[in-house]
Amino acid sequence: MKIHTLVVLVQDHPGVLNRAVSMFRRRGYNIASLVVGHTETPGVSRMTIVVESDNVEQVVKQLYRLVEVLKISDVTEDPVVDREMVLVKLHVTGQHRAEIVALTEVFTAKIVDVATNTMVIEMTGGPAKVDNFIDVIRPFGIKEMMRTGRITMVRGAKGHSGAELIDQAAE
Amino acid sequence: MSEKRTGAQILCESLIQNGVDTMFGIPGGAIMPFYHAMWEYRTDLRHILCRHEQGAGHAAEGYARSTGRIGVCIGTSGPGTTNLVTPIADAWMDSTPLLAICGQVSSAVLGKDAFQETDITGITMPITKHNYLVKNINDIAYVVKEAIHIATTGRYGPVLVDITKDALQATAVPDYSKKIFLPGYRPTITGSKKQIKAALSLMLKSKKPILMIGNGVMMSDASAEVRVFAERYKIPVITTLHGLGAFPEDHELSLGMPGMHGWVHANRAIQEADFLMNIGGRFDDRVTGKASTFAPNARIVHVDIDPSEIGKNIEVEIPIVGDARIVALSMLEEEPEEKLVAEFHKNAAEWLTYIRELQTKHQHKQQYLNRPDTSTMLPHDVFAALTKQINTRGNYRVVTDVGQHQMWAAQLLDWYKPRTHITSGGAGTMGFAVPAAMGVAVAHPEDTVWAIAGDGGFQMTNQEMIVIIQENIKNMKIAIINNGFLGMVRQWQELFEGKRYSGTPLTSPNFQKLAEAYGWTGITVESVDQIDAAIERAYAIDGPVLIDFRVEREVNVFPMVPQNKSIGEMITE
Ligand SMILES: Cc1ncc(C[n+]2csc(CCOP(=O)(O)OP(=O)(O)O)c2C)c(N)n1
Ligand SMILES: [Mg+2]
Repeated sequence: MKIHTLVVLVQDHPGVLNRAVSMFRRRGYNIASLVVGHTETPGVSRMTIVVESDNVEQVVKQLYRLVEVLKISDVTEDPVVDREMVLVKLHVTGQHRAEIVALTEVFTAKIVDVATNTMVIEMTGGPAKVDNFIDVIRPFGIKEMMRTGRITMVRGAKGHSGAELIDQAAE
Repeated sequence: MSEKRTGAQILCESLIQNGVDTMFGIPGGAIMPFYHAMWEYRTDLRHILCRHEQGAGHAAEGYARSTGRIGVCIGTSGPGTTNLVTPIADAWMDSTPLLAICGQVSSAVLGKDAFQETDITGITMPITKHNYLVKNINDIAYVVKEAIHIATTGRYGPVLVDITKDALQATAVPDYSKKIFLPGYRPTITGSKKQIKAALSLMLKSKKPILMIGNGVMMSDASAEVRVFAERYKIPVITTLHGLGAFPEDHELSLGMPGMHGWVHANRAIQEADFLMNIGGRFDDRVTGKASTFAPNARIVHVDIDPSEIGKNIEVEIPIVGDARIVALSMLEEEPEEKLVAEFHKNAAEWLTYIRELQTKHQHKQQYLNRPDTSTMLPHDVFAALTKQINTRGNYRVVTDVGQHQMWAAQLLDWYKPRTHITSGGAGTMGFAVPAAMGVAVAHPEDTVWAIAGDGGFQMTNQEMIVIIQENIKNMKIAIINNGFLGMVRQWQELFEGKRYSGTPLTSPNFQKLAEAYGWTGITVESVDQIDAAIERAYAIDGPVLIDFRVEREVNVFPMVPQNKSIGEMITE
């Protein structure tokens, strides 16, 4: 199945995330990742949804049936900036400390917490780079880890501003 | 306008302002403030007390489907609203404009498992077009306006408004002027000119065209336009279950119903067609049979107001998103070359002749209806008599339940006018007929409204009969096709499960006496020679009448396409 990245602008109402997720569940679509957050426009939230589907058109149409969905773009084939953040807590013994610090620099990651036996690293990058970082760091002993999921923005002038959509409707 | 009102008063005024005049419901704790206020508005806002919220919901559906206007039902928090879930799901499947108003516990205790608290917006999220939880009195007027707008535009559907008790009790100065602001909801109404032109030129190239019409034609009141279009191009017309009546069945171009219990010639025509235009149908599996085998030779045009229906079940060549009536009107504006049209007419006429030959070869309606044998009473005999009398005695509407009788009614009664056939199609909800017919009878006091139900489904909602008496409704009749079985299930058991009648034989009360207990006139019919007189008597009595037709028990609905088979493979006996 093909993996698609959808950028979805929605009205920021209570329950809108629930509606979107419920639609994916009941129609049997597979969400690989879903991230929601505020945008530049008050009242508009933005989702980046990564979905596995052979019929993404149907997924898009079903999403559009939700009254609060403003705009959906399939950016799978577009040039994009893709970012994800991960926090990793490592079990660290003295002998590996220096090696980890060196790796952190290579990945331009940040050490954000250090304790006697642990260390928390924050790392941001494209999904592939994050994967790569985790692979490299794993042998040192990961105690905890959390990835945020992907957020995506198309490069260049083409974009997805919520303001236009809201203005158009107000006319 | 600057006077303070309670939330409940604002709710009443909003409903009236948005065109509501009738509501079906049952009161209870959380919704009581609404009932308190309703009393002041009773001349403009009629409330009909039902006996079960499911009945209220189906009644509102009947009201909506027969008028095209919003149907309104009311339930109190907890069980009052969960009882509405079935009709809401039914309205969702059949795109019926329904507004469910629910009482909710006070906002202070929301989420604390208060007495009769149920998360009804959570429960109904997948079966509503949209829903709201209103906790603030200042939102009531706007939400009602927006809810009715959403339910009655685009592809119609159910919308639920859950209002907390404190919002109904609070007071505020209402503001009814707020304009609808729905930046994410802009249904496409006019079809693309380019697609319409393409569809017509594709059609004119075909030799075996079919026009299939469904619920969308009914819902957008497009019958007249579709008819002119069909006549202009002389295309044979197939009407789905929810399209019955949208095209008159005695028309020379009418082929009747397709699908699982459709006619052999209609299904064959689909399988042999080289062009099929579906207006307002959703290619339901009961129509297509095994989808991959449906209309294998046809180039398909699909007109639907909901883009998500296009390409969902059947791949189409030309999609047209738009309202059935508006699209039909634009198609009529096209003026293709006369020469092409003449050639098309010639081919279409040959094609129609061919289909009519198929029709005479395979058992058709008339043969089912005109049975020589009269020693037993088949359901067919009842329908033959009904269709004869119904059609000579003024305006009528028929509401059917779910099961064998539903399919016989669809097959054997004659359908001439839109919104005269009302049934639960997508959800197949047993118990639909009696309450839905009540809603239809309320909306159309001049018409005779027949509920046709099985002995099984009738017993799911027959308590609503007493509402007919309480409300002094005179124009409703019930026909029970009493076969002593959950007949449709029994038929499958007979045909596919070696007659293992597990859970299908049905004992019933004496329906005539039951009717009498409710204050109805009850009639029992046990043989063919009693049928006509019973129907005549039902018409002669100015009031509700129930007829219990005790038909042969093990009769099957034919023709039939076994599940997941191609509609080309029909069993006819
Ligand atoms: C609420 C509900 N429960 C179960 C079914 C499954 N079902 C479909 S048809 C049918 C039999 C209906 O029996 P009856 O009302 O007597 O009608 P008949 O088929 O005998 O005409 C059943 C049980 C249903 N459609 N709806
Ligand atoms: Mg029965």
